[in-house]
Amino acid sequence: MATFLLELVSPERLLLSRQVEMATIPAAEGEMGVLPGHAPMIVTLRGGVIRVRENGAETERLFVGGGFAEVSPERVTVLADEATPLANLSRAEAERRIAEAEAALREVTAADTETRRDAALERVLSARAMLDAAQAA
Amino acid sequence: MASLKDLRGRINSVKNTRKITQAMKMVAAAKLRRAQAQAEAARPYAERMEAILASLGAAVASTPGAPPMLVGTGEDRVHLLVVVTADRGLAGGFNTNVGRLARARIRALEAEGKVVKVLTVGRKGAAYLRRDFASRIVGEITFMGKKRVEFSDAEAVAVRVTEMLEEGEFDVCSLLYNRFRSVISQIPTDQRLIPAPLPEGQVTAPAAAGPQAQYEYEPAEETILATLLPRNLAIQIYRAVLESTAGFYGSQMTAMDNATRNAGDMINRLTLNYNRTRQANITKELIEIISGAEAV
Repeated sequence: MATFLLELVSPERLLLSRQVEMATIPAAEGEMGVLPGHAPMIVTLRGGVIRVRENGAETERLFVGGGFAEVSPERVTVLADEATPLANLSRAEAERRIAEAEAALREVTAADTETRRDAALERVLSARAMLDAAQAA
Repeated sequence: MASLKDLRGRINSVKNTRKITQAMKMVAAAKLRRAQAQAEAARPYAERMEAILASLGAAVASTPGAPPMLVGTGEDRVHLLVVVTADRGLAGGFNTNVGRLARARIRALEAEGKVVKVLTVGRKGAAYLRRDFASRIVGEITFMGKKRVEFSDAEAVAVRVTEMLEEGEFDVCSLLYNRFRSVISQIPTDQRLIPAPLPEGQVTAPAAAGPQAQYEYEPAEETILATLLPRNLAIQIYRAVLESTAGFYGSQMTAMDNATRNAGDMINRLTLNYNRTRQANITKELIEIISGAEAV
């Protein structure tokens, strides 16, 4: 089956760079399955799980906390804020983050700018997605 | 003429110093390797980010209402300098070089009648600049006590800068840090952050240019850019801090290597001196004994 190059990088390191058959990425406006030859796109990501398919089987599942992806017909570059293999996620850590993010959200008042409110909400959603992913693992 | 006892004391003290500088050199070498690896690991992200930003930024920069983080506030009055230094000394001219660059920049900008604000990252830069420019310093950030600087630390600095931009506290932002060229060479560098410098050519020939595929954006360009730009800012700062850290250990290693060698030279000289003095003493005593015997 045809493949494309998937690259997954976080600010701290390059996590993945190899030929895959399909990748499912959590785009901000809904899960997106990418196959080779996809139309060029730039999307933002929300907190969620990236699934990688190679040789007809799902080989890799990683949680990303948000970020961007650049899609072109022969390669996909995911710039993740942070990325952790699902097996390494800890539920306690996820719960701690939810608590933290929710506290931050409560502090945001109507006086703050819309972007800041959105950012706080985004963090809560991302932390919840992390917990879901941790439970699924 | 120093007595034998004094000389012995000095030799021992220099030997101890050499032990310390040698140990520091070893530690710096080990840490340098780690810092270099970390800086290298951060490179792919920064490169990909630059590519996306270039294709996205060129398309949006020319439109009215482009975000100020990309095109600036349209003014050039208040300058914010983010000065990145190390938290520790004993690294040769490492901190002083950045400090001197910062000082020259501040002087030059103020001579042009601009307002300068300084945000220091790292303890040494703050100490250096406080002497002459205490009133310009708007914030001091240190990563003291951290084993390694993480991306979230750099992000905190970026958030600070972003907030200042939103409040309209500055028009232009530059980053001053030591670029890591090699272990023995760190170059004090002045890099503009805001308005974001777009790669040459992209600006003059916007989106329509040649083979670059036309991207679809989801959500809209402006929305993506609104999240991409602060992130880019953070990554630039992160990179600068990592390069600075690597440079610091490189510089410290070189400085300690020199110190070790100097201590060795000094020990040689002192030992020679010690032996000569000892020999002179013996000769003197012999002369005294011989002339005493002759007199009898």
